[in-house]
Amino acid sequence: MTAASPPLISLQSVSRTYRTDGVAVTAVRNVSFEIAQGEIVAVMGPSGSGKSTLMNMIGLLDLPNEGAVYLQGADVAGLSEDRRSSLRARSIGFVFQSYNLLARHNAIENVALPLVYCGIARKERLARAEASLQAVGMLHRAHHFPRQLSGGEQQRVAIARALIASPLIVLADEPTGALDSRTGAEILALFAALNRTGQTIVMITHDPGIATQCRRTIRLHDGELVADETQAMIPPKRNAVS
Amino acid sequence: MTMLQGFQIALHALRLNPLRSFLTMLGIVIGVASIVTVFAIGAGAQLRLQEQIRSIGANVLMITPGAVYQGGVRLKDGSKLTMTEGDVQAILEQIPEIQAAAGSLAGTAQVIHEGKNWNTTINGTTTGHFMVRDWQLASGRYFSGAEESGAGKVVILGSTVARELFADGDDPIGAQIRIMKVPLEVVGVLDRKGPAQDDVAFVPLATAKLRFLGSASNINRDSVAYIIAKVAGDGQMAGARSEIENLLRQRHRVPAGQEDDFKVQDPAAAMEAQQGAIRTVALLLVAIASVSLLVGGISIMNVMIVSVTERTREIGIRRALGGRMRDIRLQFLCEALVLCLLGGAIGVLGGVTLSMTVARMAGWVTSIDGQAIGLALAFSIATGLIFGFYPAHKASKLSPIEALKTE
Ligand SMILES: Nc1ncnc2c1ncn2[C@@H]1O[C@H](COP(=O)(O)OP(=O)(O)OP(=O)(O)O)[C@@H](O)[C@H]1O
Ligand SMILES: [Mg+2]
Repeated sequence: MTAASPPLISLQSVSRTYRTDGVAVTAVRNVSFEIAQGEIVAVMGPSGSGKSTLMNMIGLLDLPNEGAVYLQGADVAGLSEDRRSSLRARSIGFVFQSYNLLARHNAIENVALPLVYCGIARKERLARAEASLQAVGMLHRAHHFPRQLSGGEQQRVAIARALIASPLIVLADEPTGALDSRTGAEILALFAALNRTGQTIVMITHDPGIATQCRRTIRLHDGELVADETQAMIPPKRNAVS
Repeated sequence: MTMLQGFQIALHALRLNPLRSFLTMLGIVIGVASIVTVFAIGAGAQLRLQEQIRSIGANVLMITPGAVYQGGVRLKDGSKLTMTEGDVQAILEQIPEIQAAAGSLAGTAQVIHEGKNWNTTINGTTTGHFMVRDWQLASGRYFSGAEESGAGKVVILGSTVARELFADGDDPIGAQIRIMKVPLEVVGVLDRKGPAQDDVAFVPLATAKLRFLGSASNINRDSVAYIIAKVAGDGQMAGARSEIENLLRQRHRVPAGQEDDFKVQDPAAAMEAQQGAIRTVALLLVAIASVSLLVGGISIMNVMIVSVTERTREIGIRRALGGRMRDIRLQFLCEALVLCLLGGAIGVLGGVTLSMTVARMAGWVTSIDGQAIGLALAFSIATGLIFGFYPAHKASKLSPIEALKTE
């Protein structure tokens, strides 16, 4: 990566405050950091510390009240709602704790869904969905419905869906939170393998064991960034401590 | 997302719950079916009337018996034949606007030709009748003067009777048929005028009196049941009418202040008025049927709102995966549209079936035209758009983050 190219994600003094019935809750307070192409980042912090809020802003689902989020150097606040939606379809891959597959669609249709919003024809959608299912080892369950799949299998399908549009970044909010430790480890191994192919990943986790397997860990507390550590264990190509 | 994809998603969603989808569209089905049926029956009634108006001929006045007083008691209209052949002559000779006139006596009888027989109206009249009604011959000739004055044993057949009595290619002209045991020679076959008009056989008035109706108690030698008269021009109808009224009042010696014992009518005008009434009733019924469409629309809106609530999480997922607000709106609008279009299509089928059943069972004429079907479908599309918009808009406005948090 050349020095001239902007970081993939850059947050500058980002704050997000919710106001309900006159009570203001600041979920994220003055947070700044950058994420470079190819990184795998664990986000840790106690419940209510603002992890999901932060991830929603990185994923263009939400906008900060203060500060700015830059995606490849472009301030996302300047983008229209429609444009941000289209960017989500093409550039962001979400993985949720509760999988969030559409119950009434089978695995392959679920995986192909983001491509509907990229305007890609059905035939190509299904072909790419097959490839994506293959990559997570779920092709043999392509025509099964979510209720016919175990939690770990559903999460694999969800990861295939997150990958299908070749996104710039995969955002995973406690992807192993609903799984037993063995299945969780398998999912984590899948993420690690994806990262080795160059996929940028940000993963929220409560599990310190999982966090140690990520090169970099960002810690939040009460909405504030309290630590941003990169392990020296595996020599990083680029140190992004802010 | 394209419209086509919207419809695919909608069909997928609706197929998952076929019973609910069907119940949801039931209001539309009923509404559209009733609109199509009412249109078909109304249009059929109009067609029938138009045919009758055409068959009477243009500028025709009809004179029928009116009230009769017997010892101060008013008898039913037409209970006594008050019109005579003398009246016909007088009308022809004394009223310049009248081009042709004819008196008629009519009844029903069995007509027989070889092995075949047919029950029809026997109308005793003069050749003037055909002039008044502009009724041309398909073959043969009208009655001759000698046949009219001498009660000739001749008959002119309406096309229906000719068809029923004679095989294809069998020329009726010159053939002998029998009516009430009287042999008659067929001298003419009339042009078609309409199904209700063609089922008739004409004999000379004198023949009818002498051979068929002579024994009837309320008939004297000179009477006719009704008179039809042709007026020269459109603008002279009113004038001719009052002249006939004056003439007949004189001839029948109706005392001043007493009701006439005859009625002069303009059947075409009366039927046109009737046609207007049919149109009004049909419109009213369509309006009532439209209420069902409205109820159907509300039911669709209701189910769509429930469906949006049930599928909040799906909406959140779709938004997170890149669905734009307008994609969500299109998806739910397509569902409402598919419900309405499917309901409309089933309704059209139901309406067509219903009106054909009505036509067969009640013997009414019904007429299904593309316009009515198009209108009904347009109505259902409009219903889908109007009542689908609010739920779809509501769905598109959901915050993706909030939607993802719902269970
Ligand atoms: N829509 C909202 N309205 C008001 N407050 C909110 C809203 N969403 C989040 N919050 C508040 O913001 C804070 C951060 O929430 P967030 O969901 O980001 O926490 P989290 O770190 O993801 O927690 P967990 O680990 O439990 O998922 C919490 O105090 C929460 O109550
Ligand atoms: Mg969270």
